[in-house]
Amino acid sequence: VRATIVGCGAVGSLFAANLAQLDDVEVWAFDLDREHVEAINAHGLRLSGAGDVVGEVRATTDPAELPPSDFGIVATKCMHTAAAIEATAPAFANGAVCSVQNGVGNEEVLAQHVERVIRGTTFPAGRIVGPGHVQWDVKGDTTIGPFEPSPAAMAEIERLADACTRGGMPTMAVEDARGPQWRKLIFNAATNPIGALTGLTHGRVVEDAGLRRLVSGLVDEGKAVAAVQGIELDADPEELIDHAARPDVAYDHKASMLQDVEARRPTEIDYLNGGVSRFGREQGVPTPLNDAVTALIKGLEASWAQT
Amino acid sequence: LSDDVWVIGGGVIGSLFAAHLSRVADVTLLCRRPEHAAAVSANGIRVSGRADFVGRPGASTDPAGLTDARLVIVATKANDVEPAAAQLEGRLGDGSVMTVQNGLGAEEVIRSHGTWPQLSAVTFMSGTKLADDHVEYVLDTPTWLAPYDGAPLDLAERTATLIVESGLKAEAMPDLEPARWSKLIFNATVNSVAALTGLPHDYHFAELDRPTDLGHLVRGLMDEGKQIAGAAGISLREDPWEMNVLATQRGSRHYPSMLEDVEAQRPTEVDFITGALVREAERRGVEAPLMTAVYRLVKGREASYE
Repeated sequence: VRATIVGCGAVGSLFAANLAQLDDVEVWAFDLDREHVEAINAHGLRLSGAGDVVGEVRATTDPAELPPSDFGIVATKCMHTAAAIEATAPAFANGAVCSVQNGVGNEEVLAQHVERVIRGTTFPAGRIVGPGHVQWDVKGDTTIGPFEPSPAAMAEIERLADACTRGGMPTMAVEDARGPQWRKLIFNAATNPIGALTGLTHGRVVEDAGLRRLVSGLVDEGKAVAAVQGIELDADPEELIDHAARPDVAYDHKASMLQDVEARRPTEIDYLNGGVSRFGREQGVPTPLNDAVTALIKGLEASWAQT
Repeated sequence: LSDDVWVIGGGVIGSLFAAHLSRVADVTLLCRRPEHAAAVSANGIRVSGRADFVGRPGASTDPAGLTDARLVIVATKANDVEPAAAQLEGRLGDGSVMTVQNGLGAEEVIRSHGTWPQLSAVTFMSGTKLADDHVEYVLDTPTWLAPYDGAPLDLAERTATLIVESGLKAEAMPDLEPARWSKLIFNATVNSVAALTGLPHDYHFAELDRPTDLGHLVRGLMDEGKQIAGAAGISLREDPWEMNVLATQRGSRHYPSMLEDVEAQRPTEVDFITGALVREAERRGVEAPLMTAVYRLVKGREASYE
């Protein structure tokens, strides 16, 4: 089996290095960071923290070098999906491509370039600490399933899940993978922009009664948009939000969108709250609070162009 | 009236009033910082932009001279009206007091400290303070004033005349509420959105092309404000959305004070502006989810300072 990781940042690296532990899987990685790619080719891809492994991964910045692959795992930031899959699609002419990205709407983009698409949601997290080296912060499950309008076969989805699980990334293959995706989406859309707009950590957002009610308002809109599509959430985002606020879990965590805003990097707002709003519009479900925070974050991004 | 005018608070609005009025009246600017008073005493206040002159008001940090004031203009931030009113109590004789704060509630604070004749005012003029003794006059839009709590209309008219003679725009009216609420809804929206996005009040605030454009949120906030005003029995003097479109078309890219405050990590006036509307909505049983959301977000932003 040959698997190609598209976007070998923190999450992409977790899949790449773990899959490379298997004798029956050959792992390639496509990434635009030349230093990172050269380090991976010279010394292997190293994970430390929640697991310590070094994976033998063939990395490249040139999509023409990619051999035909059975599987693609796309782990870029959402706004780079279109460019990344456009460049790498020839390698997946006979393969299935799985998104493990944040938010909603990525599979739709993949399906414009490849035939068989897998919907995925992953919870492990990490961060790049240097070229070829990723800190693995949190272990977690991944759920994958067919992307309904342009599906991969269940048998190949199970094959990918089996490989990931054997490699050390527990992955379940399911017929309907929308539940975990929308659960994660609703959690992130209800908390990320609040952190980004206020500058507060997750715990401080949750313990501020006014902001906590705003979080619930965002959750309720997301739940309504999921329900009208017949999506059953696999867990209640409200409970997960409160759980994460515990001092021993993620009280001091700065949402990734807050980190993006502090570094003035483009955020994934279009695929988070913007995604809730877009699906809501399509389904005729009003999402005024998600519309509002989307407009505020996009306004914030626009302000950086001005100074 | 023109014998002895005191202006409390040397921010943009206070500086513009003190500099202009010093050309037609005997004016003292009451400052908090000694170096501020010293700079104004030594150099006057330079006004640039819409006007170009140096005003020569007196300046002091000592409220003792308030005793003989004929007119006191309280031009502090809303948060500082209480200490200003405490300075007036036991000092100001039979002079009048005019408040020009954003939001609601400054008049009541002054009234709780004395029985002076009072004027309510809202001002639409704006500017940028470049130094303690230099203010840039950006928007030359008028100040509207009206009697408060039984004061005579004549007092408002004479005060408006004095302000106009000094070179600023002003208009007296019997009832300020229609104008005040127009500005309150405009301010609550523009200030909160600017503070949260970092954008000055520019064309983004009126953009409606795409569903995610900021104009939709701005209009949604203003619609909520209009419903609250309606429930409070106020008929607005101007439509806040039209004010917004007009201001952004002027191309002035005004920096709302709440944006300047959060960038400097200072307490904002959000409780007096956006918060005033949220409280009014609760009191009247009007739903205001967007106004409530931006209010909580700005409060959250303030809580993140330390």
